[in-house]
Amino acid sequence: MASKVLHAIYKDDDLLLQAVKQIREARYHIGEIYCPFPVHGLDKAMGLAPTRLAITSFLYGLVGLSVAVAMMNFIMIEDWPQDIGGKPSFSFFQNMPAFVPIMFELTVFFAAHLMVITFYMRSRLWPFKSAENPDVRTTDDVFLMEVDAANHNIDDLTDFLYKTGASEIKLIE
Amino acid sequence: MIVGAIGLIYGFIAAPDTVEEVKEMMASDHHGEGHAENTTGINVEQLPGGDNVETADVTGYESETEHAGESHAEEAGHGEEASHGDEHYEHILHQLQNKPWAALYVAAFFFFMISLGVLAFYAIQYAAQAGWSPVLFRVMEAITAYLLPGGIIVFVLLVLSGLHLNHLFIWMDPEVVAHDEIIQNKTAYLNVPFFLIRAAIYLGGWAFFRHLLRKNSIKMDDATDLTYFKKNFKLAAGFLVFFIVTESMMSWDWIMSLDPHWFSTLFGWFVFASMFVSGITTIAIISIYLKKRGYLEFVNDSHIHDLAKFMFGISIFWTYLWFSQFMLIWYSNIPEEVVYFIQRMNDYPVLFWGMLVTNFLFPVLLLMNSDYKRVNWFVIMTGIVILCGHYINIFVLVMPATVGESWFIGIPEFSAILFFGGLFTFIVFNALTKAPLLVKGNPFIKESKHYHY
Repeated sequence: MASKVLHAIYKDDDLLLQAVKQIREARYHIGEIYCPFPVHGLDKAMGLAPTRLAITSFLYGLVGLSVAVAMMNFIMIEDWPQDIGGKPSFSFFQNMPAFVPIMFELTVFFAAHLMVITFYMRSRLWPFKSAENPDVRTTDDVFLMEVDAANHNIDDLTDFLYKTGASEIKLIE
Repeated sequence: MIVGAIGLIYGFIAAPDTVEEVKEMMASDHHGEGHAENTTGINVEQLPGGDNVETADVTGYESETEHAGESHAEEAGHGEEASHGDEHYEHILHQLQNKPWAALYVAAFFFFMISLGVLAFYAIQYAAQAGWSPVLFRVMEAITAYLLPGGIIVFVLLVLSGLHLNHLFIWMDPEVVAHDEIIQNKTAYLNVPFFLIRAAIYLGGWAFFRHLLRKNSIKMDDATDLTYFKKNFKLAAGFLVFFIVTESMMSWDWIMSLDPHWFSTLFGWFVFASMFVSGITTIAIISIYLKKRGYLEFVNDSHIHDLAKFMFGISIFWTYLWFSQFMLIWYSNIPEEVVYFIQRMNDYPVLFWGMLVTNFLFPVLLLMNSDYKRVNWFVIMTGIVILCGHYINIFVLVMPATVGESWFIGIPEFSAILFFGGLFTFIVFNALTKAPLLVKGNPFIKESKHYHY
């Protein structure tokens, strides 16, 4: 049985936040919400788990730092020792301050790029993917909420959603 | 008002104890030491041709009465060639005579700098019309109350230097200048009267702005319109312009000129970063403390979170400036510049590198997590480490030029910290009692109370 969902459209982000709270209190399940812009506090209102992206970013930063250290050590010290302002050539630590900008840049580079890539993978986005959003108006000025109909009475649910301020409701089978 | 009254009682119960205790400590420890060293100084001067044995006795007596650390320095001295002995002892003696002064100066400047940093932060809140912070304004104002007394103390110390009662600033010594072409070329700027006039201008200006800002803020409590708010907005903007110029010059005058041969163009920023982060940390610590005591129930975790963000950010900013200054000089290796860092790296290795751990690694790792910034005891703990780190920063800025290699953190340092810390606490908490802890009449106060991140 294909699950039925209702698409409820809201015109205002405050109304949407309010509706999310009411719907969750009434024990209906919200599948997804499509917004034209990030709504502050929506993730908490929907009860989504906090993002773990920051942790991955930190780990990627550490990877970048390690890569920078290994790379500078190999290039500047081991493979072809370079004279840095007359400092001892064969020691990494004696020359370390000169490498700090590179270590910093690679930390940032790894953290930022890998974090974005992780975000795309986690959100199942890739180049040339066709858009998933069910109504093009969500890219302009309306908010669309997907509510699982599941075993609920469709009419009751529709009435309830209208009461929370939805401006139009569509049943998708 | 009730909160203010409770605070008043509290302020009188808690703060004076510490000050008195500290003053007693100072009387017994610091002055005792200072006198002991002064007497040895006189002894040496009375015996200009005094031979090795006598000088050694004098310094030996000193090291017996003082600390193990000093006696190490003396023993190192004993190892020297006999012919150099006299000069060397005299050198160390001068350094040790400087030591209590320098300890006093470091601590006086450190606590003064905190209140100056807070004043800058406070002015920025007004100039930026920040909506989150007005609930903390009274805490900030109270901390800036230390600006005037603390500034006067620093000024008195500078005057005493100018009167040659101590030798913190070697360019003030005419004999040194006579043999030093580099300083001779700088005498147009580095001379005692002009130096003191400048100091008076900085301090007078800051205290004046602080006075007006505070006065308007108190008047704003009963105001019905925004006149005083607008006045403070303009004052704050004016202060910030005045501040960034004078602060920069102040850091050249009061700290960089301790090493009159050396200069760095971003020194003013570097000192500013240090004072800014110390100031913000102090705001956070005092706010959390008052909140724990139940006086600041309108301060929520989001305010603390924001302060912790500033602590985190400015700690990184400090490190950025530290590194920018260090790396270029280290890399280019020009003798006249690099000697500054060589001295610090050789004579102060633990403090010089340890400061990076306390001022950078520690806050970065502890305050990186968003949730930790809301855990109050975490912020306090990190804050204490940051404050210690920035005390060490000032210590490492001042001490190598004044005390050289005969440094150690002993009773003068601790008692000076305790003395100024006690005075600071007393004045700040006393000022907290003088006005209601919540400002009224600020158009942003409602936003600030409901502030939620």
